Formats: sequence, structure tokens, C-alpha cells
Amino acid sequence: MTQQRMEFRLSGSGGQGLILAGIILAEAAILDGKNAVQSQSYGPEARGGASRAEVIISDEDIDYPKVSKPEVLLTLTEEALKKYSVDLEEDCTIILDSSIENKDFLNKGKIIDIPILKTAKEKIGKTIVANIIALGALVAATKVVSKEAIEKAVLARVPKGTEELNRKALYAGFELVEE
Amino acid sequence: MSKAKLMQGNEACVEGAIAAGMRFFAGYPITPSTEIAELSAENLPKVGGKFIQMEDEIASMGAVIGASLTGLKAMTATSGPGFSLKQENIGFASLNEVPCVVVNVQRGGPSTGLPTLPAQGEVMQARWGTHGDHPIIVISPSSVKETYEFAIRAFNLSEKYRVPCILLMDEVIAHMRERVELPDPSEIEIVNRKKPDASIEKYNPCEDYDGDGIPPMASFGDGIPFHVTGLIHDKTGFPSTKPEVTQNLIDRLMGKIENNLEDIIDYEEVLTEDAETVIVTFGSVARSALRAINLLREEGIKVGMIRLKTIWPFPEKVIQETSQRAKNIIVPEMNYGQLIDVVKAAADSKCNIVGLNKYVGELITPEEVMAKVKEVINRA
Repeated sequence: MTQQRMEFRLSGSGGQGLILAGIILAEAAILDGKNAVQSQSYGPEARGGASRAEVIISDEDIDYPKVSKPEVLLTLTEEALKKYSVDLEEDCTIILDSSIENKDFLNKGKIIDIPILKTAKEKIGKTIVANIIALGALVAATKVVSKEAIEKAVLARVPKGTEELNRKALYAGFELVEE
Repeated sequence: MSKAKLMQGNEACVEGAIAAGMRFFAGYPITPSTEIAELSAENLPKVGGKFIQMEDEIASMGAVIGASLTGLKAMTATSGPGFSLKQENIGFASLNEVPCVVVNVQRGGPSTGLPTLPAQGEVMQARWGTHGDHPIIVISPSSVKETYEFAIRAFNLSEKYRVPCILLMDEVIAHMRERVELPDPSEIEIVNRKKPDASIEKYNPCEDYDGDGIPPMASFGDGIPFHVTGLIHDKTGFPSTKPEVTQNLIDRLMGKIENNLEDIIDYEEVLTEDAETVIVTFGSVARSALRAINLLREEGIKVGMIRLKTIWPFPEKVIQETSQRAKNIIVPEMNYGQLIDVVKAAADSKCNIVGLNKYVGELITPEEVMAKVKEVINRA
């Protein structure tokens, strides 16, 4: 996919690893030869509660480094969905965890409703890899970076000894969207 | 193979500093500069350098001065409250011509202010935070890549002119991660301080031997003894209260900057040739301004930008020349209005100079810059 500038917001609750997921997404973009900027919110909201990471990916230079109208929102919790869905682009893609019950208020975009947290817990057996599953789903849904790049980026960032676990999680994320 | 990688601004600062030859860091970590201390602690020992976490910011600045006097390239990093505490010692470094780099990652102030949020409130403090007439250089990066380059430049300027150099960052640039391609070490220009001839019989530490206003600097431990004092001193380094000694010293110190403006001042001009409205800005706000300019140009509005890379000494000449050509100058800054006063002082009185000020802990947006440009044009 070639695009001048694409804005992503990855959100959930603090500790779910979404900032790391944002960093990995940006690193995958660079592996694909694109430009990327990643930023996150600091401050009280970064501890517990809703937290977010933002990534801009572009084939060109990135001037303004902040996300203003995300084209893609990934969210794992209801609180984050409420808080971070107010400024979405008209034809956005919203990737939601199926555990979120109240989503009827969403009035735009393409909604991809998938069991990310459940897959982490039941299929992979580790809730901690939910962020990597989410990343796999995001890449499969948007094709913003190549699967090769995202796999390489994931493996470069995760702790030694957890490579297989994370690879499995990433592939599970691909499957959630592609099935 | 591309060496491109994703890097955080604070990380690029440390990488650049080490590439420039930094071998000593003393600091007292403070958000949003903390990663600079963390990464210095991690990386300096790998190159034979030393990291010390001191008891506070004042001591950190003192340790940096001490390390530099022994011949090491030394740096500290802080944010607003810590920058205030370092000021007295920055003055000591300035008077004694001790090369050092002080990174100030600006956050919302005054006082403890907004610890995690961006601002540009230290434009004036960076120049005049310490008392008395003193030379200082302040440079400000607008990207992660520039943070790397400017960390090197900060050391080079500091070593060359024997002045403290302030690397004035802001929270946005410090914390964002961005694609960077680091140069090959062989491509990096490194400047080292001038040293006295080892065979010198009597070394006067403050004598202008070469007539360029910059005395060669011995290192403590080299076997060439010299005296360092916060008092006004003569060429021997010992105190004096004589008017002519004082005048010579201050004139020489200020002259190191004033006689080398072309070398020190750096800025980028974007589409200014035909611009009726020119945005003068620096740091992260320049990124918003650039977006605004690109969008406004699509609408046929003739707008350009002068992005200051060197803030102090202030690039008066380009502002003066631009103000004779442009109808409007807009100065967006994340403070109540600081840079704008210097722009006004430098500009032609016929030019309409307008501020865009935001001091709520958020980056000025491209939309806000665009709205201000349109407001100014429509009012004229």
C-alpha cells in the first residue's frame, strides 16, 4: 500500500504493551523503507486507565509529528475506545477487541471486531502477548507494512527466549483478520 | 544497506554527544530529559567514559565544569526547574571559558509547572538565566536527526569558542521516535579545544596568545598549573578589580561570539523568496509551521518560514532583511511571547509582526498556524 501519510492510534489500558506495539509498527515501516514517527502520551493518563501510542507512516517526509485524524484506531478496552475515538477520519478502520460491549455509538468507519484478548488467553496461553496479536491483526487489516517487516521488527524487540511465543502471537493476529 | 533506524530524540542526543567525544556526564534526572541520563549511564562506560548521578542539579553542573577542566568533553541534561538551578554555575563556566554542553528539554513552567508536557518557555532564560554580561550559544533542533547533529555541533562550538553551549530541546522532540540515518563516524567533523604548547614556560590561562580571543586551555593534571576563579581576572587567571582588566576581559568574552556570528548562526529558509508572510520559529513548532506552509501554498497563499537553528546569538540580519521584504512576520512559540520581542527589535518597523502563543502544554497545531496566517492576511 502506498500512501502519503497514514495515522494510527493504538490504545488500551496502561500495561497492555501498546506503546511497545507502536514502536514495533514504526520500526517495521522503516524496515520497509518508509518514514515513521511514533509518539505517546505521558502524564497521569499513562499510568493505568486509558493509554495510547500513535504512529505516522509515510513514503514522504513527515512534517507535523502528531496524529490529528487517525485513519486506524486499534483498541483493546472500552474506556480507550470512548476516549480515543472522537477525532477519527471519516473512512477510518477501527479494530476492536470483542470484549468491548458498548460500541453502538461508533458512527463511522469500517469496524473489525475480533477476539484479541481471548486469543491471547486461550489460544496462545499468555495474556501478555495481546499487543503482538493486535499488531498482527492491524497489519493484516491495513497492509501498511509487509508481513516480513513486522515479523522481523517483532523478533528484534521481544525478550530473548520469547521469539517463538511472539511469532505465534503475530500469526494468530494475521489469522484473526484473514479468516 | 541502509543504517536507518527508529530513534527517540533523547537517545539521539546521547548518541550524538558520544560521537562528538563526550566522556563525562553528571546529572540529576528530570522529566522530560531523563532518558538522556539513563542512556548516558548505559553507554558512557562502553567508551571508557564516566557517568555520575549527583545529589542535585547544582552539583551536576559543578561536576561537569570540573570534568571539563581536566580535559574531558562533558555534558549535563535537565529541564526547566533544573535549568534554573544550574544557572549560577553556567555563569562560572562562561566566565572561565570552560567548554560544556547543557541540554535543557523544555517542559511547561514556571516552577514545577507541567512536568510531562511541552513548552518553549526558556528562550530568554537560555540567554540571560545567569547574571552579568556573558557569552553563551543556544541551538535548538526540530527533529530527532537534528538532535543528533546538534549534539555534535554543541560540543564543537563549545570546544572551539570555549563557551557553554545550550542544546535547547522541547518535550515533543525529546520523546518522539523518528527515522534516523546516522552518518559514518569518519564523516563527522569533530572540533577539540585548543591546548597550550606543552613546552610553554609560563602559561597564562587567560592570555589571548593567538589574537582570536580564544586562549589555549591546559587541563588539570597535565602538569601546567593554572588558577580558576569566579572573580573577574587578568590574563594570569588571578583576580583583579581594575577597570581596564575588567573591560578587556568582558570585551574579549563577548567578542568570541560577536566576531564569529557567521560561523555560529545557522537557520533554514523555506519558501521565503516570494513570501508575503514569513513564519519565524524553532524547535517542534517548526514542524507544525512547515505543514501549515505546505497546505497554505496549495491554496495559493504566499507564506514561508525562517527556522532558527541557532537562537542565540540571534540571527538579526536575516530577520532584518526579511522584514524589509515581507508584509507580515508571524512568530508561533509555545510560551507567552519571548522570541517575538527579539524579532521585533531586529525587524523593520513597517513590517507587521504578530505572535501565536500557546502555553497550555500542547504543541501548536498546523491548523492554528494556518488560522493565524489567514487572520493576519485578511486584516491587512
